Amino acid sequence: MNALRNHPQAKWIGVALVALALLALPFALASAGTAWVRIMNLAILYILLSLGLNIVVGFAGLLDLGYIAFYAVGAYAYALLASPHFGLHLPFWVILPIGALVAALFGVLLGAPTLKLRGDYLAIVTLGFGEIVRIFLNNLSTPINITNGPRGISRIDAFSIGDFSFARTDAFLGLTFSGPVKYYYLLLLVMVAVIFINLRLHDSRIGRAWEAIREDEVAARAMGIDTTRVKLLAFAMGASFGGIGGGMFAAIQSFISPESFVLVESVMVLSMVVLGGMGNVGGVIIGALLLSFVPEILRFTVEPLQQRLFGRMLVEPEVIRMLIFGLALVLVMILRPGGLWPSAVRRRELSAGREAR
Amino acid sequence: MDHAWRVEKLRAPRPALLQSDLLMDIFIQQLINGITLGAVYAMVALGYTMVYGIIQLINFAHGEVVMVGALIAFSVINALAGSGLPPVLIVLIATACAAPLCMLLGYSMERIAYRPLRGAPRLAPLITAIGVSIILQHIALLIWTRNPLAFPQIIGIESYHAGEATITNVQIAIIGISTLMMAGLAFLVYRTRLGAAMRATAQNAPIAGLMGVDANKIIAATFVIGAGLAAVAGVMVANYYGIAHYTMGANLGLKAFCAAVLGGIGNLPGAMLGGVLLGVVEALGAGYIGDLTNNVFGSNYQDVFAFIVLILVLVFRPSGLLGEKVGDRA
Amino acid sequence: MNPPGARNAEAAKPEQPVLLACVDAGKRFGGVQALDAVSFAIRRGEIYGLIGPNGAGKTTLFNLLTGIYAPDSGQFTFDGTSLAGLKPHQVTLRGIARTFQNIRLFANLSALENVMIGRHARTHAGVIGAVLRNPATRAEEAAIARRAMELLEFVGIAARADDAAGSLPYGDQRRLEIARALATDPLLLALDEPAAGMNATESRALATLVRNVRDRGVTVLLIEHDMRLVMSLCDRVLVLDHGERIIEGSPAEVQRDPRVIEAYLGAELPASGVAKTGGAAT
Repeated sequence: MNALRNHPQAKWIGVALVALALLALPFALASAGTAWVRIMNLAILYILLSLGLNIVVGFAGLLDLGYIAFYAVGAYAYALLASPHFGLHLPFWVILPIGALVAALFGVLLGAPTLKLRGDYLAIVTLGFGEIVRIFLNNLSTPINITNGPRGISRIDAFSIGDFSFARTDAFLGLTFSGPVKYYYLLLLVMVAVIFINLRLHDSRIGRAWEAIREDEVAARAMGIDTTRVKLLAFAMGASFGGIGGGMFAAIQSFISPESFVLVESVMVLSMVVLGGMGNVGGVIIGALLLSFVPEILRFTVEPLQQRLFGRMLVEPEVIRMLIFGLALVLVMILRPGGLWPSAVRRRELSAGREAR
Repeated sequence: MDHAWRVEKLRAPRPALLQSDLLMDIFIQQLINGITLGAVYAMVALGYTMVYGIIQLINFAHGEVVMVGALIAFSVINALAGSGLPPVLIVLIATACAAPLCMLLGYSMERIAYRPLRGAPRLAPLITAIGVSIILQHIALLIWTRNPLAFPQIIGIESYHAGEATITNVQIAIIGISTLMMAGLAFLVYRTRLGAAMRATAQNAPIAGLMGVDANKIIAATFVIGAGLAAVAGVMVANYYGIAHYTMGANLGLKAFCAAVLGGIGNLPGAMLGGVLLGVVEALGAGYIGDLTNNVFGSNYQDVFAFIVLILVLVFRPSGLLGEKVGDRA
Repeated sequence: MNPPGARNAEAAKPEQPVLLACVDAGKRFGGVQALDAVSFAIRRGEIYGLIGPNGAGKTTLFNLLTGIYAPDSGQFTFDGTSLAGLKPHQVTLRGIARTFQNIRLFANLSALENVMIGRHARTHAGVIGAVLRNPATRAEEAAIARRAMELLEFVGIAARADDAAGSLPYGDQRRLEIARALATDPLLLALDEPAAGMNATESRALATLVRNVRDRGVTVLLIEHDMRLVMSLCDRVLVLDHGERIIEGSPAEVQRDPRVIEAYLGAELPASGVAKTGGAAT
């Protein structure tokens, strides 16, 4: 087994197989219903968010409980610049970088005064920040209607390049490419890029500086690391990933409102990171996939099951989902603090902890 | 809710001559409302601050205890509403049911979710606390539905007037009860053996341990006391607003935490002061922000004040108003 | 190069220029004068000792030097420029590296990674370099790893390169901290009680290591309790007591000085020890 794994060709064959499977996946899902493609797309969006948050929480060790605010900033940036609301219809490749930049700017604005704080204070401040952003989104409809308040912004443009629109269904090489399937490929592309960036960052001078800060800030400073700057960098990087995710979310849904950016969403993304394995890219992806699909699976199993057993639905799948999230957070922290697939560093930390006890 | 009333009042046209008088009345009214709300914040903030003082943990789920207390009281009052008992007695019975159950909840929380993580990295118990908070909210949702529940108003509201400003019997009761309970807490912490053990553990747990203090017992006691205060706060706030809901704890808890930080986390008088101050800032802010900004921002921004106060305090005076300088204990 | 206030310049070897000059440094914590108008100068290439009983102000001085606290009065001039207002990481960039009294390694990272982090100050790759991994970045990464490995060999723990820093034996952790500090290419290496908790054998090995460090051209500032180590290792020694400078001189001179004997005996006698060690600066 090990010999196989170490064989360079085997590795590339493995990569090719995974790539093929990912390329074929939307057609397999589409055969079960377009809904599943949409669910898969949302799952990939959550992977993007989790990987962004992973930089902040997993790499740099800064607990951010308001991460969804950056997602909101990206989504609203796209919605305002590509919808009838202001009559602006800029192309997506212009807006997505703007969204990422604006989100990063918000990250720096929030981080600059607060990153001196101790970890748990930072958590609360970011949580407050998330709430402030949401309250503003809800209320900035008067006196000038910027966000359209709780009603949200609708008829947001789909992505398009020239005549090619991501919303339309096209036939190509005898295959049918529906809107969701096209978005799937785009999301896949972005996801691969984000994974690549995550892995490269982790294994670099900057990544080591983040690890140093997470381990011992005083010692990190003594190594010549400008901790405030490096932390801000983590915040801005994480935020910009959130901003890009938000822009894509707005385009895919074609409607957004403050409802989509509540505290629970921040907690959900955090759960994905924690459950999967803080700091480990693979773990985080698994966490995001798991927590995205479990609710859907519940929807398809719990409802009929309850109908059959009790004749009516006693507990909504949504509630079960949240109960599972809550329990997962508690149990994982107590029983498996490194997550399902811990990073190498966490594994060391944990075994050291056990020896000490 | 008096909230809507407040907004209406501000928008009403007013004669130019009387304006200063009216402004004064509005000021006094908002001060009364703010102190009432602040008393509730203070009670909840004490729970945060006591726990933080002893184990440096932000008990994120503390707000949910307030919610559970309010909802238990809701059920009890509803059940007894037609029994013919005097309304005050019913509310007392409801509180007598809510408080012990919440204290049990506080104890279990500490035992199950926090104690196993003592000595774990700092983020771990914070994440567990978020988990506990989600679980409690959704169990409450299952029991009490997702609809806002009209809290039975069995105590007739009597208003006392002072100029244009009014104070109700419920407000007086809230302020009075909180004052009494906080005085009781102060007595407990500063005048009893348990209190001395708590303070010793907060100062230096290992040394307190050497002196024969069982840290685990003290920590559990702290959670239980905090939960008791939170339960009473829950009953009061639900009575005050006339509404209870499974999500009411999160926001309230967050604000109470802001209050604790404002006063200086870990500091009991600080939590009391911070709570009242935050209540007053919110009430005055909500009352005046429309006037100050030409109605660009309305009172719907009320919830923002707590967070802005929090961020300002943390940035400019992280130790809070009454807190000592926080050392590099982390 | 002759910074102002290098009062004891004549006491040191005159052929070497001053690397660090401290003039009238003072620091007060509440009611305690932790450090009172202390001046000294360290010359290039020497091993300079800083001793004194508990509460003498050694660690306070150390923290002022490395930018953790700002001095109330006085100033430090390092390599010709003032250190005033610099943050700890900027002090490191100027060429002062330190170790910690109670070892602060990145315990869950490998020994090699610890030393690699030490190279942060002297390398440049940013986010773009990290993501693109262009030839310049790759060359820099390779150089970082090579240098880190070389330093591990220098302090004698190359065999443990891949072990978690926290799992190393105590003595090796001290060595690793020195390697990590050396990775920042310091002109001055400040060691805060490096022999604390070591037995005589380990202590001797440490002395050899410190001499080797000096032979590489790094000036050493050594805070130490272990008098034998200080006396055998240092070229010159500064003695502090109650935040004040008692004497500076060669180990032999210092050892003979009655005030030093009094300060130490006074502090070590149990009866008066309590009164003398009440300072906040430990």
